[in-house]
Amino acid sequence: MPAAIMGRKVGMTRWFLEDGTNIPVTIVEAGPCVVTQVKTVETDGYAAVQFGFSDAKPRRTAMAQIGHDAKAGTVSKRVHREFRCASDDEANGFESGQVLDVSVFEGVKFVDVTGISKGKGFQGVMKRHNFRGKEATHGVKRAHRRPGSIGGHATNLGTGPKIKKGKKMPGRMGGEQVTVRSLDVIHADPKKNLLVVKGPVPGPNGCDVYVKPSIRLYKSKANKQAKA
Amino acid sequence: MNRTEFVESAVADQLKPKDAFPEFSVGDTIDVHYLIVEGEKERLQIFQGVLIGVKGRGVNRTITVRRIVANEGVERIFPMHSPRLAKIEIVRHGDARRAKLYFLRERIGKARRLRDRRRGLKWINEG
Repeated sequence: MPAAIMGRKVGMTRWFLEDGTNIPVTIVEAGPCVVTQVKTVETDGYAAVQFGFSDAKPRRTAMAQIGHDAKAGTVSKRVHREFRCASDDEANGFESGQVLDVSVFEGVKFVDVTGISKGKGFQGVMKRHNFRGKEATHGVKRAHRRPGSIGGHATNLGTGPKIKKGKKMPGRMGGEQVTVRSLDVIHADPKKNLLVVKGPVPGPNGCDVYVKPSIRLYKSKANKQAKA
Repeated sequence: MNRTEFVESAVADQLKPKDAFPEFSVGDTIDVHYLIVEGEKERLQIFQGVLIGVKGRGVNRTITVRRIVANEGVERIFPMHSPRLAKIEIVRHGDARRAKLYFLRERIGKARRLRDRRRGLKWINEG
């Protein structure tokens, strides 16, 4: 599996393709990241590569953190992430201190992007769970956006005095980890550390995102690719 | 570099050179040569109308052109930096005192006409 990378969501704009169509794109300032630790089955129980992204203020960083990153010969990093490797050999292909930048995505057509979505606050069921709500008229009174019945006496078994666990109700929405899969890579520029992907990416502008090559496309996209 | 500048620098390669089009302003009547694809064939279509607005900046810049077809107002929005927008020709300079000429939508008949800018600016040239 090829390497993954951390980046910063810069913002959205439009992109013209050669045939003149224009598509919405998100610009991600991806990397450069530094490999801070190579984990192997022997030493850690699993094979992975840990890397850091974006310099941290030393004054605000714990000594342990500074020491850990210093071992890789780099200033301490603000964010650390890791990606799993299939075997020790693959993990050993990386060495601590190595720089990962957008060039790791060379030849990669699709990526998965993970970020923390924008917080939406306390939201009703229509926005939060895509409930349909009720009619505007025909005798509906003050219940246009209510969830309706939440299932009387059901338990997880089907009977009992409680509401089923995990029942979709109003509540806090957003501010959670979201991954969008199979985004087209439109452009990658290792010189400027730029990655341009098609469509939106979770989180506000300026947030950290984790970008990795797609292992598997989602179904409708896979079908489309197969047809083309 | 702030966020907007960063985004703009990222798509700077997509922009057309500054002298790609003649200098025009809102109120002008222009010919827009737009490449349209019909099946396998490509051809240039010319859309002539009054430029009633310019919107956006950088790669997002678009122009809105309005014309009357069979007594029906038609407006088309063209992205300025689209590779399909081949050429813009100025037919007539119109005199406009505002940036967006949306008031033309309510005008009927002869009231749609705009004063020619050359005539309006004549006294400046003389002075």
